Amino acid sequence: MTQMFAYIPFKNGAAEDVALEYPDAAKKIDPSAEVTAVAAGTGADLDKVADAMTRIYKQVIKIDHADLAYPNAEQVRKALLDVLPHDAIILLPHDTFGMDLAPGLAVKMDSAYAADIVDFEGLDGQDLKMIRQELGGAVYTHVTSDVSSGAVITVRPGSFAPTEDTAAGGSVVDKSGDVKDLSAKRKFLEVVVAEVGDVDITKADVLVSVGRGIEEEENIEIAQELADAMGAVVSCSRPIVDAKWLEKSRQVGTSGQTVKPKVYMAMGISGSFQHLGGVKGNPFIVAVNKNPKAPIFQVADVGIVEDILEFMPELTEAVKAL
Amino acid sequence: MEILVCVKRVPDTAENEFELNSAGNDLDRDDLVYSVNEWDNYAVEEAIQIVDNVGGSVTVVTVGDDESEEVLRREMAMGANNGVLLSDDAFEGSDGKGIAAILKAEVEKGKYDLILTGAQADEGAGQVGGMLAAMLDYPYASLVNKIEVKDDTSIHVGREIEGGNQEMNEIQLPCVLSIQTGINEPRYVGIRGIRKVASVDVPVKGAGDLGIDPAAVGKDGAKTRRVDYFVPDLGDGAEMLEGSTEEIIEKLIEKLKAKGGL
Ligand SMILES: Cc1cc2nc3c(=O)[nH]c(=O)nc-3n(C[C@H](O)[C@H](O)[C@H](O)COP(=O)(O)OP(=O)(O)OC[C@H]3O[C@@H](n4cnc5c(N)ncnc54)[C@H](O)[C@@H]3O)c2cc1C
Repeated sequence: MTQMFAYIPFKNGAAEDVALEYPDAAKKIDPSAEVTAVAAGTGADLDKVADAMTRIYKQVIKIDHADLAYPNAEQVRKALLDVLPHDAIILLPHDTFGMDLAPGLAVKMDSAYAADIVDFEGLDGQDLKMIRQELGGAVYTHVTSDVSSGAVITVRPGSFAPTEDTAAGGSVVDKSGDVKDLSAKRKFLEVVVAEVGDVDITKADVLVSVGRGIEEEENIEIAQELADAMGAVVSCSRPIVDAKWLEKSRQVGTSGQTVKPKVYMAMGISGSFQHLGGVKGNPFIVAVNKNPKAPIFQVADVGIVEDILEFMPELTEAVKAL
Repeated sequence: MEILVCVKRVPDTAENEFELNSAGNDLDRDDLVYSVNEWDNYAVEEAIQIVDNVGGSVTVVTVGDDESEEVLRREMAMGANNGVLLSDDAFEGSDGKGIAAILKAEVEKGKYDLILTGAQADEGAGQVGGMLAAMLDYPYASLVNKIEVKDDTSIHVGREIEGGNQEMNEIQLPCVLSIQTGINEPRYVGIRGIRKVASVDVPVKGAGDLGIDPAAVGKDGAKTRRVDYFVPDLGDGAEMLEGSTEEIIEKLIEKLKAKGGL
């Protein structure tokens, strides 16, 4: 059996949630496989994360290098190539870092690549069967990868069950010495932190969130009227911000804000995982969409198949009349 | 700056309701509406703006069938100077690596400083740009939402990371970047623009022209293959409210009251 590895992303000395989700994913690939965690970075933060991972993984590879203080994908790729066996199966998160690193890593390892996997159906010989989504979640597909010469696989964060702290009693193996030249043609400069807007959607108990179904800038007003009547705040999906109809601080999602309302009204939003990744705390989700097959109906508590441009004004009137 | 932008013709998610064909192994493609991959329009717009500022030219390229020519013409109507269609039966069934290998062969026929792709397309994998860069040994940055040309040898790029933050990098040319939506506002393309480029010659290149071994791409060369499409059971999805709009609103208001929404 090829060896399985899990790349551990971390910030400020704490591993990201996906670090706890890989063991479940790996078990679905091959129940008998042992997964080795790989953490790359430098200094005390790295040590802290590597130690914490020994409670989850039997073996934790540590790569400590001053050039890895910020995880520049080009340099992390070089470090991984120096450390991993050529036929490794390595799991990474399908997030902004994984998307940066994984495709090029698969080319350099000359291995199969599978992106944004939401479930595994196990190995059949050398073929690994997996489930992913296409077209923004509108359809699912089975894909198989020939993993005989290794595989780079990005898993969708949140798709697998987190492992409780198992006190695995694992050990840290320092492979920093195996890493050679980390010079890169891409140099990290700085992180520019998002501006705060005039409205804080993260504090609202009720959000009226509009997506591309709002169709035109003028129609935002219709959502604002409903929000006013409900004592709610207007938030939105990404295309609304891209079109500059609302400011970035109103965007819900992985590349926007994380919100924890009691009630989330998804109006004309299809329900892509990047959008839903920003909706936390298990709110009561009401979805109004004119497409009965919209993926949002798989996660909403209440679904309504209607045109939001007609439905919202009527709802506003009814709420005002209460 | 000589810029190559990789684009793709995809089923439009806003315009279609997706159904499976009767065999259950593909989408029912008969009535699907296709358009340019959303992210690609931002990539082409950015390329045009860079060339407007510093000079050079924009070439759009796609791997596809005859019908893919229409997306090249649309991007040329936006302002791209040239279009190239990479088309061959041998390309069919390529995985991400296959597509990247085909594009690499075309890149090596030209002399490009900057290669742009959309951040992702219909498959949602976001893989081709990063693979192409690695095959060419060019540096790469994904999810780019800002480009500043510094000089002939380097540019500064902003990458979008979690929480709306932006990661700034200096990157050497030539390089490959995948472009995230929101970096600009893609210009509107009218019917007149499309007509203007209707008679421009768009060269078509196959495996032979590109010097590609047909066995290395397409279905045979693919390590990752799609087996089928399916639409999962809704499981315990939403409780669908039905009836007249009035009845629906009445039920909804009861629920909202119970859940603290009113
Ligand atoms: C790296 C990355 C990060 C991203 N981050 C985010 C993020 O933070 N937040 C985010 O939202 N997206 C994000 N996205 C984009 C995301 O993938 C989707 O493209 C986006 O969420 C789609 O927004 P939408 O649902 O409003 O639009 P669409 O997917 O176009 O859906 C519109 C919906 O409205 C319905 N509709 C249309 N008209 C009407 C009407 N009149 N009445 C009722 N329903 C109607 C349609 O049936 C459809 O379901 C990100 C993408 C990437 C690649």
